[in-house]
Amino acid sequence: MIFESLVFYLFSTILLVCGVMVITMRNPVHSVLFLVVGFFQAAGLFILMGAEFLALILVIVYVGAVSVLFLFVVMMLDVDFATLRRGFFAYLPAGMLVGAVLLTELVVIAGSWVVLPEASGNVALAIPPASEMTNTEALGRVLYTEYVYLFQASGVVLLIAMIGAIVLTLRTRDGVRRQSVPEQFARDPKEVVEVRKVPARGGLS
Amino acid sequence: MAAVGLGHYLVVAAILFTLGVIGIFLNRKNVIVILMSIELMLLAVNINLVAFSVFLGDLVGQVFSLLILTVAAAEAAIGLAILVVYFRNRGTIAVQDINVMRG
Repeated sequence: MIFESLVFYLFSTILLVCGVMVITMRNPVHSVLFLVVGFFQAAGLFILMGAEFLALILVIVYVGAVSVLFLFVVMMLDVDFATLRRGFFAYLPAGMLVGAVLLTELVVIAGSWVVLPEASGNVALAIPPASEMTNTEALGRVLYTEYVYLFQASGVVLLIAMIGAIVLTLRTRDGVRRQSVPEQFARDPKEVVEVRKVPARGGLS
Repeated sequence: MAAVGLGHYLVVAAILFTLGVIGIFLNRKNVIVILMSIELMLLAVNINLVAFSVFLGDLVGQVFSLLILTVAAAEAAIGLAILVVYFRNRGTIAVQDINVMRG
């Protein structure tokens, strides 16, 4: 029990420090790297709670895909980040005010949260005990049966996102010579190759 | 040191969500950091969902969290694609310049 508390406080402290670093770092590359560390800590918290599948999905999807995408864009765009940072301290009081109000409200709600005793029986889909079934198996059993439409719909969302990203970023530049296979096949040797008689010492005009 | 319960996770998620909101306020000119702040907020929501799922013994929360993860990935991809196109057209990513569509 004491070990669980220690691990929880370690992970959550590093997670929150990383969150602060993400929003205050001068260089966006460092922000992305702190975001990666933060996602790892969140994955640790998920494992601590017993949601192993989501923890590993978080590492694969966020650290493996989303953060790398961020890093790619930050490094690809040649942006002068110093000018973008101007006004950082001008917005600090407003941001802190909104943040303080929001945090107070959220903590008051979270602190006064009570689960009614009769609500504990009102469970849509009970988590099977860990000795019977792993978390991944339990999720897989419902994801492909009861929630198969939502699963397919999320696949469609990803497909549309992929198509959208490609359509947005694809461009055809002018002045770039590209290979066109049909055009190459359509060429007729009679039109493009000419056999000429070369007279001695005459050369071709 | 009290045993770690639902409230602990909710407080961590609340602080993380607030950090995301503050990040949007502080980096009002930098779209990339705003997108990262949105990712932080989505992560906080996911922590909330998983904590409720585990401590109330209901697996649906984890299914929901999985779907949110999918949508977040799609959102990041589309957002960054829009950002790349915008930078290609305008040569900057400053937010205050994005007012062409204002009526």
